[in-house]
Amino acid sequence: MLRRAFPILGVLTAALLSYGLYEALIGAPIEQSMGEVQRIFYYHAPSAWTAFLLFTVNFVASVVYLIRRSIKADILALVTAEVGVVFCTVVLVTGPLWARPVWGIWWTWDIRLTSTLVLWLIYVSYLMLRRFSSSGQTPLMAAVLAVFGALDVPLVYFSIWFFRTQHPQPVIGGGGSIDPKMLQVALINWAAFLCFAGLVSWSRYRLELLQREVEETEALEALLDSGGAP
Amino acid sequence: MSALATLTRASLSKDLRLEWRSKDAINSMLFFALLVVVIFSFSFDPTAEESRRIAGGLVWVAFLFAAVVALNQTWARELRNQVLDAYRVSPAPANALFLAKALGNFIFVIVLEAFMTPLFIVFYNLRALGAAYQLLIVSALGTWALVVNGTFFAAMSLRTRSREIMLPLLLFPISIPALLATVEGTTAILTGDYSPKFWIVLLAAYNVVFTTACLLLFDKVLNAE
Repeated sequence: MLRRAFPILGVLTAALLSYGLYEALIGAPIEQSMGEVQRIFYYHAPSAWTAFLLFTVNFVASVVYLIRRSIKADILALVTAEVGVVFCTVVLVTGPLWARPVWGIWWTWDIRLTSTLVLWLIYVSYLMLRRFSSSGQTPLMAAVLAVFGALDVPLVYFSIWFFRTQHPQPVIGGGGSIDPKMLQVALINWAAFLCFAGLVSWSRYRLELLQREVEETEALEALLDSGGAP
Repeated sequence: MSALATLTRASLSKDLRLEWRSKDAINSMLFFALLVVVIFSFSFDPTAEESRRIAGGLVWVAFLFAAVVALNQTWARELRNQVLDAYRVSPAPANALFLAKALGNFIFVIVLEAFMTPLFIVFYNLRALGAAYQLLIVSALGTWALVVNGTFFAAMSLRTRSREIMLPLLLFPISIPALLATVEGTTAILTGDYSPKFWIVLLAAYNVVFTTACLLLFDKVLNAE
């Protein structure tokens, strides 16, 4: 059932992404002070929301793994970290592209920029750990590191908060006002990115599950072979 | 509780005695930090005014790199003769071992700092314009922040390939707020421009959070199969 749903969902996601792109480039009104450059916001902010959501899922899955030792939670943690790093990279690339014409600088040690960068660094080190660690203990080590990373986030935020912040106020839950049409376009793009992220995570999840089954079978076969030899 | 204290003391005194006789960690850290100081010193060649502003960063980068040298050796000697496996099957609490290792590393890095600080003062013509005694607080808190996570991650990276390189890769990203606070606190005291109070509070919070996390999770890491 799930396998048949995949192409349909794929087509729907592609359609939603195209619609989101059209709305971002043509549908949304031109921002008064920043001009056309502002349109990168429709990719920047939804990517950030998606990345943060994926990292939250990663943290929850890691805690579940620490309590229950469930393999599925571990795979979910791995998958969300991988896809989250990709979206976080998009945020870190589109941010400076927007900042150069608007602020006149590529990069500044602003609170949200720096927190996002540190989060990205933590999750890259998480993926490095998963790659370098010997297979049996990888899930536990990774889950522990994810917990440490989550504890670090508020401390990172406060430490950088002490410097004056230059970033525009967040449009959702912040004081900034935004044209309703712009918000709508951002939300459409967010929905498209979420579908895309969900789809990629799902296929990656299936792949990892199969991979582990193959490894397990191979290990078992090797064991049986060596047992049969004189 | 008293069993924990007794075991911690026994393990710590064993580590200190081993270090006193071999001086492996201290010697390698001292020489490494000395090299960093000399290289920085002629790379920048700052005036007294400039050096007050950048010294906080230079000092702590040197100490951080040197501390990694010591942290990487922490667990290595326990692997020989399967000491760590013996510890795992013994009924001794895992946290006693962790605390002893972390305290040991704390003492090594503090000794390193005591030796290196006069050298920094000489090379960079430093004189604190703020309250110099606060440097002791910032150093103690900052050092603990580095070694508590460093000891923990060193235990974690024991189980990875190329573990020597794995430790800094895990430790540095997590330590960014602690490093920032230590460097900024030191700079605040050296220049006397603003109060280091916020950074001291942040370091204290960081230490409480991560010491608790390490103590709660070390058992799992030590006994991971």
